[in-house]
Amino acid sequence: MNTTTLRVPYRPIIMGLLLMAPLAFVLDRAQAGDSHYYPPVTDPVVLEECGSCHLAFPPSMLPARSWTVMMANLEDHFGDDASLSADAARHIEAYLVERAADRGGQRYVGKLLRGVGAREAPQRISELPKWVHEHDEVRRSRWSEPEVRSKANCAACHRDAEQGYYDDD
Amino acid sequence: MSIRSTALMLLVLASASAHALGGTLEEQLVRYAAEVRAADSAFSGFSAARGEQFHNARFGTGKPDTPACSTCHGSDPATPGRTLTGKAIEPVALSASPSRYADPEKVEKWFKRNCNEVLGRACSPAEKGDWLAYMQSR
Repeated sequence: MNTTTLRVPYRPIIMGLLLMAPLAFVLDRAQAGDSHYYPPVTDPVVLEECGSCHLAFPPSMLPARSWTVMMANLEDHFGDDASLSADAARHIEAYLVERAADRGGQRYVGKLLRGVGAREAPQRISELPKWVHEHDEVRRSRWSEPEVRSKANCAACHRDAEQGYYDDD
Repeated sequence: MSIRSTALMLLVLASASAHALGGTLEEQLVRYAAEVRAADSAFSGFSAARGEQFHNARFGTGKPDTPACSTCHGSDPATPGRTLTGKAIEPVALSASPSRYADPEKVEKWFKRNCNEVLGRACSPAEKGDWLAYMQSR
């Protein structure tokens, strides 16, 4: 009687754990780097000021020094005047720097900063070596299609970009 | 509280909320009109028709890739536009985007940027007023 109640089904448990092991690995990757997830901007001021002309790019896509340089040159923002009030600029810079690829956003970025020198402050996300590599299968003519227009238009191909997902589509 | 004073209060509240909802673009038109009148005593009001012409005119004095307002906003203000980077822009017609003109500072910010991009200079209060009158009419 006792022996039947104490019998533990070890084999199914071990088999189950073995089957779930790869899943744990996948979930871990999904949480930490290389997952193509970059937390989207949620601050209303940042969304308004950085998201009117292009998608409000996730702060974790560039290192803090890049954001600092960018925020100091808004009068000539890739050829456009994107200047802001001092208050708004301060608020936005603090938000971006705090969540940058080498700060709070570090756990999401994987190898995104690979090949970027410690003193470089890249301005275009689409010129990061890792970005270029990830997009090397995209035909050049795709970028000028009316639905795409520019490399800043992530959402043309990555449909859930606004939610932070940049998976291969 | 008497019925009369209650009715009066309701009337005041109703007109105040109507003001807050629909009055802002109107308020800005009043402000721009005062600016124009200060420089031109013969000013007889803004014109939605002139605003429409302005919206579609190809100036060619600003940046080569943005010759007109309609380059990005489209020639029909009631439908969404598209920036050069491919992002959709909410329609500029008041009927399609009722909350668009709620903040005068935001309106001035975009006039400053976009007039520079398209015309290569600041827009005059008369041009801004005509364009806003066109948006109000649509």
